[in-house]
Amino acid sequence: MTPSSALHLAKLGHEVFVEAGAGIAAGFSDADYEKAGVMVARSAADLVKAVDTVVKVRQPDEVELRRMKNGQTLLSFFYPGQNEALLKLAGELGVTAIAMDMVPRISRAQKMDALSSMANIAGYRAVIEAANNFGRFFTGQVTAAGKVPPAKVLVIGAGVAGLAAIGAARSLGAIVRAFDVRPEVAEQIESMGGEFLFLDFSDQQDGASTGGYAAPSSPAFRAKQLELFRSQAPEVDVVITTALIPGRDAPKLWTADMVAAMKTGSVVVDLAAERGGNCDLTVPNEKIVTDNGVTVVGYTDFPSRMGAQASELYANNIRHFIADLTPGKDGIVNHNMEDDVIRGATVTHNGAITFPPPSPKVAAIAAQKPKAKTKETTAEERRARELADFKAQTRSQFSLLGIGAVLMLIVGLYAPPSFLSHFIVFVLACFVGFQVIWNVRHSLHTPLMAVTNAISGIIILGALLQIGLGSRTVVVLSAISVLIATINIVGGFLVTRRMLAMFQKS
Amino acid sequence: MEYGLTSAIYVVAAILFILSLGGLSGQESAKRAVWYGIIGMALAVFATLYGAGAGNWYLTVAMIAVGALAGWFAANRVQMTEMPQLVAALHSCVGLAAVFIGINAELTLVDVIAIRGSGAAENFTGFAAVLAHKTSAEIAMLKVEVFLGIFIGAVTFTGSIVAFGKLAGKIDGKSKKYPGGHALNAGAALICLALGVAYCTGAGITAPSVTALILIAVFAGFIGWHLIMGIGGADMPVVVSMLNSYSGWAAAAIGFTLGNDLLIVTGALVGSSGAILSYIMCKAMNRSFVSVILGGFGGPQQSTTQIEGEQVAIDTDGVAATLNEAESVIIVPGYGMAVSQAQQSVSELTRKLRAAGKEVRFAIHPVAGRLPGHMNVLLAEAKVPYDIVLEMDEINDDFPSTDVVIVIGSNDIVNPAAQEDAASPIAGMPVLEVWKAKTVFVSKRGQGTGYSGIENSLFFKDNTRMLYGDAKKSIDQLVPMVG
Repeated sequence: MTPSSALHLAKLGHEVFVEAGAGIAAGFSDADYEKAGVMVARSAADLVKAVDTVVKVRQPDEVELRRMKNGQTLLSFFYPGQNEALLKLAGELGVTAIAMDMVPRISRAQKMDALSSMANIAGYRAVIEAANNFGRFFTGQVTAAGKVPPAKVLVIGAGVAGLAAIGAARSLGAIVRAFDVRPEVAEQIESMGGEFLFLDFSDQQDGASTGGYAAPSSPAFRAKQLELFRSQAPEVDVVITTALIPGRDAPKLWTADMVAAMKTGSVVVDLAAERGGNCDLTVPNEKIVTDNGVTVVGYTDFPSRMGAQASELYANNIRHFIADLTPGKDGIVNHNMEDDVIRGATVTHNGAITFPPPSPKVAAIAAQKPKAKTKETTAEERRARELADFKAQTRSQFSLLGIGAVLMLIVGLYAPPSFLSHFIVFVLACFVGFQVIWNVRHSLHTPLMAVTNAISGIIILGALLQIGLGSRTVVVLSAISVLIATINIVGGFLVTRRMLAMFQKS
Repeated sequence: MEYGLTSAIYVVAAILFILSLGGLSGQESAKRAVWYGIIGMALAVFATLYGAGAGNWYLTVAMIAVGALAGWFAANRVQMTEMPQLVAALHSCVGLAAVFIGINAELTLVDVIAIRGSGAAENFTGFAAVLAHKTSAEIAMLKVEVFLGIFIGAVTFTGSIVAFGKLAGKIDGKSKKYPGGHALNAGAALICLALGVAYCTGAGITAPSVTALILIAVFAGFIGWHLIMGIGGADMPVVVSMLNSYSGWAAAAIGFTLGNDLLIVTGALVGSSGAILSYIMCKAMNRSFVSVILGGFGGPQQSTTQIEGEQVAIDTDGVAATLNEAESVIIVPGYGMAVSQAQQSVSELTRKLRAAGKEVRFAIHPVAGRLPGHMNVLLAEAKVPYDIVLEMDEINDDFPSTDVVIVIGSNDIVNPAAQEDAASPIAGMPVLEVWKAKTVFVSKRGQGTGYSGIENSLFFKDNTRMLYGDAKKSIDQLVPMVG
């Protein structure tokens, strides 16, 4: 809780309490809170007694949970999947527990998605830790003292943390490669400036169906994946692993032999350490150095290492959630179990365990399946299609030519030769016309019409040829024709010129 | 000798005409291309005057002078928004001229045959001399050509006049037909055909053959008039380009009659150009040429799907605030911009937005306006640089990354129903996907439907805001507030 988010909560009609000394590590003194109208409680126990809703960061332990009484609401990380005993206890106590780690991944809930906030921090911090333990520059330089190659960073798992790590490592100047089992994140990786390591495997999984999280992969896929990592190990200087599958232990992706293959001085940062780690050698909460000089960082408290930032983001997440819980802005909690977000995050309510939640009504991410399909057309297929198109085109052209030739023969059989000579001219002119007009730009269609209009005034020739002969009627009609054809010619050309003179380049 | 010189000049003129059309592939080369056309035309006229068959010099020169004056006057007086009317009106001239020349040819033919019967064939000059040497088969062919020339010419003449009336607002733009509809047209066409056969074979009529031709012209005129009356205003771009094509074919038919290759070449060029333009227009509306000609949008439309939601209005302050924050803006002009003469204001708005460092572009749908390329000409008149004016295919993919789209007086060309509602009358027509932008402002006079009478679901979308009122006034109010 930060003083500024306390102010926002007050606006929603809530009274806000805080445990004495809670903000010290994040740089907020009790006095700061008091200034924001927050009442400071002496101890955690006092605090719990005073309030309806308790907000915490980490999951509560049994002692803490037992302090709470029927009807109170708890907002914190809970990991209900792994903490069944705690979940049961909360249910028995009649505490409504809202697990911030269970907020569904839909657009509307992004502002309360504490996992994403924390993952973002963890990803950034992982790069900083890696840089701290890596004895070289991240960025490549050419200095008077010699050339420094840029560091190569491999990020495994391109979730929020992975993408944040890619961004941070890129901005330090490293060459970043990234891998994820969900091929559709390739675009996101590239958008952060990373290079996607593409794994050619037919049984790609579609992350969209699991709400944007990765699912366990098949043994065959895993073997291919490890092979890819093994080939990368000797090259990369820094490995950041972020691979987690919801509700399971972290998959082992960076094996001991890969660590052994890495260069001395390389760094592995394992963001999954809390759940067993992606790397074989990870020791949770510790930093170890292997025999071949590779540092393996297994801290589990990356967000806490950036207390001020983590507090601010978490406080905002909590504030948004409470705002959703008090739609009336009157300080009264309205626990609406019909709401997708509230329903999804609530793990116990009115004495009953409500975990796991039903799947949300709104699909989290639009399915992306068709896209993958188009990618698969190989060069040969494309060539084959082009060939088929070309053949079809040839066939239609030939049949058209054939029909044309037959028609010409018929005309030739019956029409007098003098007509035919003109007819050839006519057909050729049509042909030239078709070829020429296709190249005219859209924007010039009006001038084109004006020009062709002017040119069709050529009919004046006919009138001119006739005006000199014959009866009075012929002369009068010809004269009128000359007149209107001239209007056409002059009008058409002048208008075209006027129009074209207006087209200007910027 | 004289004849050889004339032919040589004709070849030069024909090449110049081809170059003139080909030059229209780019804005800069187009300016040169017009000169090719003008020189070609001048050469052709002088060669003809100089060559055999011309006479009555004073009359000819006087007529050319008067016609040139009238043409000059018309071209300089016309507003750029009135361009469609002018083009249509000019087409009618060609049609009428073709009819007259066709009748002349017949009159001369009758005279020539009469005199030839009396055995004084060597005294003819020019066209009459050509006629005098024709065999009977050639004369039969000639009659077919005369028939075609007059028929097409008459259709072009009346059709263009109706198109002119509709475009100028002098005739109601809605589709209108006599009871019987296309049966009337078909009947008239059959009568024309019968008369044509009678005229060509000389059978069954005792009256002078010219009477048959005049009757043909009258009936063909009726077809042209009735046909175009039955076509709604929204299809006018196709109609105008189709008439353009017809005027070319009429000229070509006359060229056959007179045995003049230059006429044939030019007529064919114009005819094929108009045909291609019509094709492009039809494709842009996803409709077949036949369905356009047989009348389409004019009648009342049953809306197939009820559109939910409401049209949210906004005032100029709101638009200006959003524009000031936007980085990329696309303006989609339509016929409404032409009607309210808003192009200068739009240009001013563009200038200010660009001066403020924003990316401003124009998206032009192929059938925006009432004439192919109508919007480009208007924007060019208002000095909008042509390199920021883009075609549909060039810009359609950019809408999702655009902050603001301003739709000025266009309706059907931005209607999402074309893609979303398979039952819509415009289903499948390519449209500008403006609704994919972050915000869409629609400047529109009122809540009514567009020319096609189809409800536009764009106006009901969440990211659409309606700016009601005359486009010019709205934009003028907007200009001082931005930048």
